[in-house]
Amino acid sequence: MSSCFRTLTTAVALLLVLTSAPIAHALTFPELTGRVVDEANILDAATRRALTDKLAAVEAKSGDQIVVVTLRSLQGTSIEDYGYQLGRHWAIGQKVRDNGALLVVAPNERKVRIETGYGLEGALTDAVTRLIIQNAILPRFRANDFAGGIVRGVDDIIQVVGGDAEEYKRRAAQRPDEVPRGFNAATLLLVFIVIVVIFMTTRNSMSSGGPGVGQRRRGYGGPIFIPSGGSWSSGSSGGSFGGGGFSGGGGSFGGGGSSGSW
Amino acid sequence: MSAGFPFSLLRNVSLVLAFGLLLAGCGVNNLPTYEEQAKAKWADVNNQYQRRADLIPNLVETVRGYAKQERETLEAVVNARAKATSIQVTPDIVNDPAKFKQFQEAQSQLSGALGRLIAISENYPDLKSNQNFLALQSQLEGTENRIAIARRDYIESVRVYNTEMRTFPGVLWASTVYRGHKPMETFTVAEETRRAPNVKF
Repeated sequence: MSSCFRTLTTAVALLLVLTSAPIAHALTFPELTGRVVDEANILDAATRRALTDKLAAVEAKSGDQIVVVTLRSLQGTSIEDYGYQLGRHWAIGQKVRDNGALLVVAPNERKVRIETGYGLEGALTDAVTRLIIQNAILPRFRANDFAGGIVRGVDDIIQVVGGDAEEYKRRAAQRPDEVPRGFNAATLLLVFIVIVVIFMTTRNSMSSGGPGVGQRRRGYGGPIFIPSGGSWSSGSSGGSFGGGGFSGGGGSFGGGGSSGSW
Repeated sequence: MSAGFPFSLLRNVSLVLAFGLLLAGCGVNNLPTYEEQAKAKWADVNNQYQRRADLIPNLVETVRGYAKQERETLEAVVNARAKATSIQVTPDIVNDPAKFKQFQEAQSQLSGALGRLIAISENYPDLKSNQNFLALQSQLEGTENRIAIARRDYIESVRVYNTEMRTFPGVLWASTVYRGHKPMETFTVAEETRRAPNVKF
């Protein structure tokens, strides 16, 4: 309302910002370019696309927002410290439900972490995230199969947030050290999704009269899977093909989840 | 009461309204707002410490099953937990330096005892491969991590509150309207650098 003191308070605030030592905010974060932010460049385009579609489908179904991020560097801090700050910075998850989760991979430090938003801590408990990391992710990472580990990790996270935590724990207890297999339900599903995506994007570009071949690369089908409603600020703004347009919903993180190294 | 009454009432009401808005513009609400925020963060810190205390009996029992001979370490944890939980955490603890220090010391003693317990568990392969122990351990790690973050959030919100009390214009309100408000206690930096017990699998 009134401008009383406003200049002065601003000056005081500025002075405070300048003089007080910031508490661990010196980290820089990659830009949130999509549901898969591959800063370390360890995923091929097809995997990225498949993961993006899978995660978009989860969000369309339950509202849970899951993001995969690979980092070039942890900038000297621990993955636990980096993880929650990144989650808060991007504000992954819906504001009221805090239902976001991050799968953070730092290949150079050989660290991986599942960072759970406040709202998902009930389903994706620390113990369950440890099981996912130990059983699904680490064996593949140790064999240098980053894409395989991340895809399996994401599949398991999706299964657990989808309400199958008990089933997951039982299965993990039975087979503590599962080795990567060539062909399973997850791969089948993945192949199916990729086929559907390619089919839909080509059809779409044909019907819109655009040139067929070049068009196929740009669209990866995300916007087709998400109904354009949703509570995401700019989540699926009218037919914006070629990525972008994805943003966090205001969720927050408090350090839930667990980490592993290989 | 004359015919001018409604007008003067209107004038008074609008004056009060304008005055209120003016005050709000000058940050009269900031101090209580920041205080409530800091209190909420404190509640979170306390919750996480409580969560840790709740995990310990189960953890101690599991370790005891495999490593009976580590009696000293186990007892140290049990005693430190008893000491930490015996402190009555009243809402005014954040304004009481002596009590706050006591609370902080008891919790950090418990952190130390737990760190040693996790460290000795490395020597027992059977324990280390026990699913129950692994689950408890990951919960403990997660809780330690949550404690660290809750503490950091609390420190930050107390910094905002205490700064508001000592800077213009907050200092005016602190010395007039909110004379009962005291600066809040915060965790010391040395304590903050302590890391959660780190365990390699």
